[in-house]
Amino acid sequence: MDATPPNAVPNAKESDESLLAIFVSPAVWAAHFMACYITAAVWCEKFSGDSLSLAPVRVAFGVYTLLAVALIGVNGWFGYRRIRRTPGDHAYGADRAEDRHRFLGYVTTLLAGLSLVATLFVAAVALFVETCH
Amino acid sequence: MIMHAVNQSLQPILDRPRRATFSWSRRSIARWALLAVTVCTGCQGPQSALSPAGEGAEQIAALFWAMAIGAGMIWLVVIGLAAYALRIVPQPHDKRSSRRWVIGGGVIVPTLLLSILLMFGLAILPALVRPAPEGSLHVEVVGVRWWWRFIYPSPDGGSFELANEVRLPVGEPVQFDLRSADVIHGFWIPSLGGKVDMIPGRQTRLTLWPTAVGTYRGVCAEYCGASHAKMAFDVVVMPREEFDAWLRQQAQDAIDPSEPDARRGSEVFLKSGCGGCHAVRGTAADGSIGPDLTHFGSRHSLAAGSLENSPDNLRRWITEPQSIKPMAVMPGYHTLSDADLASLIAYLQGLE
Repeated sequence: MDATPPNAVPNAKESDESLLAIFVSPAVWAAHFMACYITAAVWCEKFSGDSLSLAPVRVAFGVYTLLAVALIGVNGWFGYRRIRRTPGDHAYGADRAEDRHRFLGYVTTLLAGLSLVATLFVAAVALFVETCH
Repeated sequence: MIMHAVNQSLQPILDRPRRATFSWSRRSIARWALLAVTVCTGCQGPQSALSPAGEGAEQIAALFWAMAIGAGMIWLVVIGLAAYALRIVPQPHDKRSSRRWVIGGGVIVPTLLLSILLMFGLAILPALVRPAPEGSLHVEVVGVRWWWRFIYPSPDGGSFELANEVRLPVGEPVQFDLRSADVIHGFWIPSLGGKVDMIPGRQTRLTLWPTAVGTYRGVCAEYCGASHAKMAFDVVVMPREEFDAWLRQQAQDAIDPSEPDARRGSEVFLKSGCGGCHAVRGTAADGSIGPDLTHFGSRHSLAAGSLENSPDNLRRWITEPQSIKPMAVMPGYHTLSDADLASLIAYLQGLE
């Protein structure tokens, strides 16, 4: 019996699904971390002078963080839409197209949340550290 | 047959009346109290980050206690919830409230707690890595496998070298400029502050601010080879006047020995080639491979904190250094006659 399940997503083609959305948020966190690390290292080694002030790096951290939070937010929102637009209860363990769809949404949303916290933790350093010391 | 024998031997144990519940007998309370006292005494001593005698160490100890108490509270709550779900109300729980517990206890509360701990840790970081104020005492430290070279500024404006013992004035900041002669070492005086690595080809820095007079112990905190665990040093924190007097005395050359035995020891020292590696300022011995011995007799320990500085230990160290400090560069002088050895020990112990 291959009748469509009653709670299937009408327009969800499984061939359109992509795993890429899952990796976006952790990749943004990693890129943010690398950008902060490299900026601070190069600034302190080459440009900070005798004052050893970290002020420009802190501004750069702020810009990187705003960008990263926006990207992670958009990615997380897409993941959340996948959960909300799928009718029925919140099961995602069965071997059905809509369960897989919802599962990907869950994973994307949760990883976005985790990446958001990790990104803010990296940025928190700029709140406290004022010099290259 | 074997099973029967096992059953026979186990029978007396199986026949014992079982205790229905655990009870707090006097003996068990005494055992737990003894364990608690033993654990607590481990927090004291000259090499404990939990017994702070410096500003940095006080902040680190506060961070440790905040984390330990926080972790203890989380553990209690988690175990309490497990006990509640398994023993007190073992029936299936309402789905909605269970989800609330999972999200609240598994996501929100840990995130909040980790954020608080991170902010707490980051807030104390700038003070720990800040350089000492202008005009503070600077001590240059070189980590060598497996001992410490300390270079102090002398009162006349130059500098002089000491080894394996550092003395500091109480209540004043001191900056250690750290280098390594070979591999990565870690400079750490747990009672006074945090640790900083000594990296070949770089100079790192650590500022300490001792707050209590006393004798402490510093160690190498980065594995550096066979005798890493034997690379320690004594730290004496003293009042400013005593420190000044000590600094003046240590900056001077060694005094020529007056006792005949010690005078003979100084000849043995030079004749045996000790001066090729060790320096004794004011004499022909000017080696720089090993520790400076100008004021060796005034130090608390020998072989970089490995042994108490006593004649018997010095004899052992001179004749069989490899048995005390594996792979140490110093060769064993077991070919020295007893008379030469006794004179050499008298000379070195007299270098105060």
